[in-house]
Amino acid sequence: MKAKVYVTLKPGVLDPQGKAIQHSVELLGFNGIADVRQGKYFEIALDDKLDQESAREAATKMAREVLSNPVIEDYRVEIE
Amino acid sequence: MKFGVIVFPGSNCDHDAYHVISKHVGQPVDFIWHRDTDLSSYDAVIIPGGFSYGDYLRVGALARFSPVMNSVKDFAARGRLVLGICNGFQILCEAGLLPGALIRNRDLHFICEHINIRVETTETPFTNGLKAASVLRVPIAHAEGNYVCDDETLEELKRDDRIIFRYCDAHGETTDEANPNGSRDSIAGICNRARNVLGLMPHPERACEDLLGSSDGSGVFSSLAATLAAHASVY
Repeated sequence: MKAKVYVTLKPGVLDPQGKAIQHSVELLGFNGIADVRQGKYFEIALDDKLDQESAREAATKMAREVLSNPVIEDYRVEIE
Repeated sequence: MKFGVIVFPGSNCDHDAYHVISKHVGQPVDFIWHRDTDLSSYDAVIIPGGFSYGDYLRVGALARFSPVMNSVKDFAARGRLVLGICNGFQILCEAGLLPGALIRNRDLHFICEHINIRVETTETPFTNGLKAASVLRVPIAHAEGNYVCDDETLEELKRDDRIIFRYCDAHGETTDEANPNGSRDSIAGICNRARNVLGLMPHPERACEDLLGSSDGSGVFSSLAATLAAHASVY
């Protein structure tokens, strides 16, 4: 069983890396890009014996307490 | 009075802090490995600069889980003095001992240069020997020093006089040009509600000898030592 955790900057938190990436992409000739936000993606292999609900609970706790900083980041958890 | 300097894997300003305490403050000081948990013999601990855990995940994020950090939380809760410098400030924010967070500098660069900071309040054990509104010339060396917090936190920090240092120009003006990393409200250092935990991005420990370009940082350490000496029974 796998947990996928997406960590993204909260709206309004400045993302200078995203801005630099946007600039580079525009230099390649891509136009019409309103914004680029950089985030983090984690794949966590979980014990297959866990049921969906426990897996989600565990991954959410990890996302909340370690993988993200609630001051600046949001997270989203998917279990598959 | 006894000082401790906490050492994480990747700390690299621990020797600077140790040097300042032993040579300039002239007090006993120990290195404290991050797996140690007994802080009972110390009056103040310094969380030094560096790149704890390689800055993996987020700056300061993994150091928070080191065994010593639970002891630091208890230490702070008992009113003892905690000074976090640069990576130490980032760790204190991640650990929830100080509000807000430090994110990537607005221009993305790692900035290593001397800058000016203004002493915003002398009402802390770390600044009570300094002159209010005086300008200190001290170095910064960071890529993630851009202080962010929500509106509510900023209001609380201002209301409670908890912004201790702001980036400024040589005349003490907090202009946007004088803000090296984009920090909200030019914040360079803050303290907790109880005023016994201070975090700042600049390095006062690297500015204690004229030979190194400035000795303006020494006032932070002399304030600390004077506070401890005056309140020996409290701390």
